[in-house]
Parts: sequence; C-alpha cells; structure tokens
Amino acid sequence: TCGGSGAMGGSASLIPRDLLGEYQELTFLSKQEILLAYKRFSELLPKEERENACSTRVPKSQILTLPELRANPFQHRICHVFSTSETRDDSMSFEDFLDMLSVFSDSATSDVKSHYAFRIFDFDDDGTLDRKDLEQLVNCLTGQGEESRLSSAEMEQLIQNILDESDIDKDGTINLSEFQHVVSRSPDFARCAAHQRVA
Amino acid sequence: DGNDDNEEGSAVENEETAKGTDKGRKKAEPRTRRAHARGRDRHGDEEDEDDEDGTRRTGHRRHRSRRRGRAGGNEAGDSDMEPAKARKNQANQKSKEDDEEEEDEKGGKGGKGKNEKKGDKKSDKKGKKEKANKKKKDKKKSGSGSDSESEEEPITEEELAKLKEEVEEKKKLIATLRNKPWKMKKKLSVLKEAQLFVEKFEGALGKGKGKKFYAYKVMMTKKWMKFQRDFENFKTACIPWEMKIKEIESHFGSSVASYFIFLRWMYGINMILFGLTFGLVMVPEALMGKPYGSLPRKTVPRAEEATAMNFATLWDFSGLAQYSVLFYGYYNNQRTIGWLKFRMPLSYFLVGVGSIGYSFMVVTRTMAKNANDDGGGDDTSFNFSWKMFTSWDYLIGNPETADNKFASITTSFKEAIVEEQESRKEENIHLTRFLRVLANFLALCTLAGSGYLIFFVVRRSQQFALEGLENYGWWERNEVNTVMSLLGMFCPTLFDVISSLENYHPRIALRWQLGRIFALFLGNLYTFIIALMDEINLKARYLLSFTLEEEKIVKYNMTIWEASLYNGTIPENSTAPPIQVDPADVPRGPCWETMVGQEFVRLVVSDMMTTYITILIGDFLRAVFVRFFNYCWCWDLEYGFPSYSEFDISGNVLGLIFNQGMIWMGSFYAPCLPAINVFRLHTSMYLQCWAVMCCNVPQERVFKASRSNNFYMAMLLFILFLSTLPAVYTIVSIPPSFDCGPFSGKTRMFEVISETLEHDFPSWFGKVFGYASNPGLILPFILLMVLSLYYLNATSKSYKEANLELKKKLQSVRIEN
Repeated sequence: TCGGSGAMGGSASLIPRDLLGEYQELTFLSKQEILLAYKRFSELLPKEERENACSTRVPKSQILTLPELRANPFQHRICHVFSTSETRDDSMSFEDFLDMLSVFSDSATSDVKSHYAFRIFDFDDDGTLDRKDLEQLVNCLTGQGEESRLSSAEMEQLIQNILDESDIDKDGTINLSEFQHVVSRSPDFARCAAHQRVA
Repeated sequence: DGNDDNEEGSAVENEETAKGTDKGRKKAEPRTRRAHARGRDRHGDEEDEDDEDGTRRTGHRRHRSRRRGRAGGNEAGDSDMEPAKARKNQANQKSKEDDEEEEDEKGGKGGKGKNEKKGDKKSDKKGKKEKANKKKKDKKKSGSGSDSESEEEPITEEELAKLKEEVEEKKKLIATLRNKPWKMKKKLSVLKEAQLFVEKFEGALGKGKGKKFYAYKVMMTKKWMKFQRDFENFKTACIPWEMKIKEIESHFGSSVASYFIFLRWMYGINMILFGLTFGLVMVPEALMGKPYGSLPRKTVPRAEEATAMNFATLWDFSGLAQYSVLFYGYYNNQRTIGWLKFRMPLSYFLVGVGSIGYSFMVVTRTMAKNANDDGGGDDTSFNFSWKMFTSWDYLIGNPETADNKFASITTSFKEAIVEEQESRKEENIHLTRFLRVLANFLALCTLAGSGYLIFFVVRRSQQFALEGLENYGWWERNEVNTVMSLLGMFCPTLFDVISSLENYHPRIALRWQLGRIFALFLGNLYTFIIALMDEINLKARYLLSFTLEEEKIVKYNMTIWEASLYNGTIPENSTAPPIQVDPADVPRGPCWETMVGQEFVRLVVSDMMTTYITILIGDFLRAVFVRFFNYCWCWDLEYGFPSYSEFDISGNVLGLIFNQGMIWMGSFYAPCLPAINVFRLHTSMYLQCWAVMCCNVPQERVFKASRSNNFYMAMLLFILFLSTLPAVYTIVSIPPSFDCGPFSGKTRMFEVISETLEHDFPSWFGKVFGYASNPGLILPFILLMVLSLYYLNATSKSYKEANLELKKKLQSVRIEN
C-alpha cells in the first residue's frame, strides 16, 4: 500500500521506497519514469481519490483520454489485455498501468513485446489469430472512414497473402510462436516504442 | 529408473536429471506438444490451479524446511532413488512449483515464447497429479523417520554446491523476472518469494570456511547492483532534450523525430571532438604557450592593425581572430612548452588523427548495432505480415497525424495488393524509358553546371585576394560561400521538378532524389576542395621550387632589416638582439594552412546562416502568410498552393551530414571548428524544434524511419572517409609553411612522430617502430586483412544460405505433417 501523506508535495513520498525498488526491478522503467507515471496516473483520478492512487482503479473511459491511446486504433484491446480487473470492465490499476508502460518502453525485449502484441491482436481471445481476427485487425488499421476501408476482394487477397507468409504449419491460423517468428525479424518491431508522454 | 511413487511426468524429469543434464528444463519439445494439445483444457483447469496455488504456497515453506532438514540425514526413505538424483529432483520440483503460478495468467494462449524454457516444462497440466505426488512424497519422507528439523547437521560439500546452485537459479529468476509476460501482482509475489529464499539460504551457505568472505562478496554484489541501477537512472536523466523530442514524436510520428535523434547524436560526437581540440590543443597553447604579441606569428601585422578589431573583420575571421588559438598559424613550433613540458606539436598532430579515428569508430559501431537490429535483412519474405503487424506508429498522439497514418497504411496495403496481383503492365514503356533517360541527363547537366560554377567562383575569389580585398564590397568577399549555399538550396528543388518526368513509385523516386542531392553536395564540396588545393599546390610548387631560396631570401631580408636598426654591421648569427623589435613589424611568410582553415570556417558560418534564414523565411513567414492572408485571398491558401510546409527529413539529414563533413575536413587547420559546430547544433536543435511544432504540418505520405537509418549512417561513413582524404593528403605530401603553425621548420608534418620517438622514448622503441613500419611487414599485414575480410564475407553468405535452407525445411516438414 502507498502511505498517503496528506501533502501533495513530492510524488516520491507517495510510493514507499521498497515498493519503488521492486517496481524498478520488475519493469523496464527507470525511477524517474515510474514517478512520472505515478503523477500522470493520479491526474486521471478525481481529486479525492488521488491519495490512494496505488490501490484505486481508473475506469477505461479515463484511460482512453491519454493522447497516445486516444489516437491508437487498438486502444480498447490494449486496455483489455493489460487490465487485471475482476469485473472485466477493463479498468486499470496503477500496477496495470506500469505493466503497460513497461512493455511499450524502449528497453523491453522483443520477446515480451511480441507476446503482448499477440494478445492485443487476438480479438476473440482464443489463443490464435484466425481469419476473423485478421479482418478486424485490417479494419482497425485502415481507419474509420468508409472510403478508406478495403473492399472484400482486397481483404480476402490480403489475408490470404498474410497467411501464406506467416502460417508455417498451414492450419489456417497464426499461433504465438509463428507470430513471434515473423515479427522478431522485422526491423520496425524493436522500435515499436511508445514512450507514453508521462510529463 | 522407474520410480514407483513418481508419476509419469516426474519420471521423465528424473530420467533427465539422471542423465546428468543439470538444467533439465532444456528438454522442452515433448512438453510443448503436449501443451499444445492441452491448450483447450487449460481454461477448465485454470480455476482449480488458483485454489491450489494458495494452499501450495503455504505448503512450500514446510516442504522446503523438511527437505533441508534431511539434507544431512539418511536417505533411507527414498531407497529407490540415489541421493544426488533425489536432491536434483527436489530442486526441479521446487522451481516447478514457482513457475506453475504463471499459468493462471497465461490462460489458454497456445505455445510459449522462446525464453519460456522453464515454463515449457510446467506447461503440461499435471498440476493436480504433481501436487498429489508431492504430498505422497512428503508423507514418505516424513515417514522415513529422518530428523527433519535438524539444521545443525554438518552440510556436505555436495549439498553445499547444490544449495549454491539453487540460490543462483533464484537470483537468475529475479534478474529475468521483468522479461516474463506476467501481471505485476504475480511478479511481485514471485519476487518476494525468491528474495526470501535467497536471503534465508545465503546465510546458510556461508557456514564453514570462508563464511566472512562469502558474506562480504554478497554484500558487495548487492551494493554494486544498486550502484548500477542508480547509474542507469542518472544516465537516462542526463540525456538532453528528451521531453522536446517526445513531444515531436507524439505530434509527428517517429520518422520526423528520427531526424532530431540523429541531431542529438551528432551533438554528442561534436562535444567529444570539441573536448579533444579545446582541452588538448587550444587551452595548453593559451595557458602555457607564448602570449599574444611575443612572436611574429602571434601578432597582427602592422598593416592590418588598424582594422584588426572591427566587427566586420572579426566576422570574416581575419584580424584578431586569425592571430589567435582559433587557427593553425598561431601555434608555435617549440617542442615542449611550459613547466609541464607539454609537447604541443605532438599533441596537435595526435588530436587531429585521434578525432578522425574516434569518428570512424563511433560511426562504424553505430552501423554495426543498426545492422544487428535489422536481424539479417529478410526483406521480402514477410512483406504483408510486417505491414499488418508493425506498421502502426505507437508514438503518435495527435489525431491529425493518426489520420494521415491511417490513410498511408491503407494506400500501402492497396498498392501492395495490386503489385502482388498483376504483373507490371508497362503502358508505353518506350516513352517512360525515354523520359527517364532525359531526366537523368538533365540531372547530370545540373550537377556539372553547379560544379563548374563553384570552380569558377573560387578562382575568382583567389584573384580578388591577390588584388587585395579592400577594393571589393560584401558580395565579392563572400561570393564563394553564398554561391555554395544558394546552390544547396535551389538545386534540390530543381531535382524535384525533374523527377516528376520520371513517374516512379514514390519510394523509388525518394531514393533517386536522395542520391542526386548527395551527388550534388559531394560534387560541390570536392570541387571546392580541388580549387583550394589547386591554389595551395600552386603555392606549394612555387614554394618547393623556391623554398630554400625563398627562405633564405626572406630570412636575409629579415636580418638586413634588423641590421638596419643597428645602423651597423650585418650580424652573422641572429642572436637575441639587444633592441626589442616589435613582432608586428616583422615581415611574414605565407601561411596556407590558416587560409584553408579560414575558408572552412567561413563556409560553415555562412551555411549556418543560410539554414536559419531558410527556416525563418521558408517555414515561418510562409506559415504566417498562409494563416493571415487566407481571409482575403481568392483561393484557399491552406489547401492550395503554398499551404503549410512539411518537415523535409531527407533534406535536413543530408544537410547535417555534409555540415559534419566540412567540420571533419577543416578541423585540422582550424581547431575552433568543433566549437563553432557545437554552438551551431545547439541552436539548431532549439530553432528547429520550435519551427517544426509551430510552422509544419504532419506529412501526408509517411515513410518508415527505421530502414533509412543505416542508409544515413552509410552516407555519413562515406563522407567521413572522403573528408579525411584531403587532410591526410596534406599531412603526407605537402610541406608545412615555414613561418607559422606547430610544424614549421619540418619538411613534412608527420615528422613530429619520429622526432618524438627519438627524443622521448628509449632507443629500442624507435628500433621496434622502425621495423614495424617497414613496407615488408606492412604489405603482408594488409594482405592478411583483405583475406580475413573475404573469409568473413564468405562465411556470412554461407550462414544466410543455411538459414534459407532451414526455413524451407521447416516448411516442408510442416506440410508433411
């Protein structure tokens, strides 16, 4: 638990030192980044709840007001994957928030990134990327407007090409190891970093 | 070894351990296949696992202590297992328990990542069976009657080693915890457990001999890790401009931000170069060398004294600025200066060579790192998948940029599909080919024209210099620099217009554009150098043919002139005259190095001015115009003709690279160049950050930053190589001026090395060096390097082919299955 000192001065005093040390141990973030994340997180809460930021959950609508998530086509999936809420309402606690920042940070390994990327892209949460998942993925990427969407023939062709490239065992779906095999060779993936603007 | 009380899974484990594989978890394949098949079952079992976890955890401590207790005790209970195996089994099981907790978060995701080696083992859902198994074992062990609680029994060497191994495993687990894709809660609990275990048993390990030393070692390791972590934090905090760049990333995406990251990296390199030249060349001369006015070469000549302090002269880097530590000519050729016996000429030479060497090392290291990240460069095999999975730029936080990104992704999808679908039907291939040839011809003409113009202008400026610059106005003085900057500004636009003839795919057109601009800058720079060198060579040839003569003449003139002060006889040896002659009046010899240095400094300064003015006019004024005149204009300025400008990444990066090339070329003759460049980059950063946020809009067509990175690095390396050629040439083959600089009086600049070897090193060193620089030794060395290059190239090719073969085999095996 976070010792809530009455004063708002110095966010360092709001996370106890040993917990801060553990967070540094368990995430790819540095101490300053964790403290900044704490500040940003507590700003998402209404004033009364800010002292207990460590243990409160922020509802999904609030999280999505962060600029990088707002512009992101996978915003809902990201919240869903990182949330540990028992009520499945995709609300995030501070630790979930740290998890998310850690995975997206520059220093995270490509293994952990690809693991989470797979879960984000798996729209139906069944452990594999099948055609429906890929279709939804393409629709997310091409934006909301009707004119920017692909026609169904183009969609078919695209998905077929992707499966030809990535589906090694030819079972019609992409599983985690195939996904990791494909994505780890990409030069862009390692740099897929979102330094969430925590200042 | 069949063990009755062990179930099937553990039996396999025991076999593995029996075979002596320490880390038995390497045998992952059988488990994954089973895991795969059980993927569906996992959901059902999940909830049960959660319940079991809790009880199991409490059971752990008891379990462990019991096991420890029988460490020295008799193993009669497990008579069917050998002691070593028993302990290994225990170790395996223990870590198995810890890792099993991961399953409740992993859910039903099929398959595991590569680093989940331990996890793979746990993935077979024998959880319940294993738990039952353990309970049985417990009972058996406790039933075996060994005194479970005795910690006081002496621990044998073997057990000590075992324990150590377990502690090491725990430590490794702690270190790699952040790599595991678990939820924070779970990571925290695993961490706490592992830490408790390590704390508890590290003490135990220390028993016996060397306890104090072990404890000390442990404490030092902890302190070292804490120090490392703090140092990492400190280093991250020291990185300048991080927030500015993040803001730009969020607004424009990663490709624009990559320019600023490149700028920051260049700034770092220039800081190091600045440190070298400032600390080892400029400061020692200023502090310990003879002061201004004591020597002829350090004083402004009487003729120029009147204008020496004018701002116009200073801006032109003549007058007082020329006769200072900023330029080559000021330095004295004394072998050692000051009470420190600082070897000035040697330091000057080594700093020059060292800067070049450092730059090479840094650029090559960055290229190698980028090549590593590229991961082998399998460009075409995953085209679509990469477009799908990795095209989104997670740094974008601005809705307009996001919209542009969406549009760009859609276009790239459609293009890729079309390219894949139909073969290229070249409509009217002949016309296209003709137009492309025409375009290339026009581009070549432009390049040749600009080269000739520069040559012409440089020649003219030499003439002006000969006739005395005072007769001419501002334009004639700065003709060369202005012309070069203007060419650099307008020719790329010309290339843009030419490229519209060619009708290429935008990415290919961009490459052609970059190539042409590169050729333009390179051509300009080299023409400039050649023109300068021509002039220097003329002077040098003149000097060479008359050198000794001229030296004698000048020296004779000097002595005559000194003698005229005596009103008497001409002294044979010019010993220290009793009359102090003002150095300002002494006639001077020519000093081409300072002249070259001055040219470069002027070029850099004018380039800097041009860039800033272009930004202010081209971006800022244009944005102001579009914004405020839109109300009273006939057509929509924002969507129509001028509109807001986009940030030109490639143009700016090329400008930066060529600026750096000029610095590398000129810093041997003007030690102040790195300092000027540091100042320039510093102000550039702020000005361009402001300009980009204030006046630019996000680009419509977005290209990836990553793949270009190594392309720019390769250009930088090429420029570095080309920039150092002129300096090396002058060091090796042109004699230094006899009247100025740290190498005056020598026939070649590099003689300072042999001089140092003679005077400052023991004689055998000189001999060794002499042998080493024998061509008979150097040629075989070069041959050896060429051979090793060839060998490494061949090896890397064979690895790539082997890679392809394995991939094909993988596919065919799967198909067969």
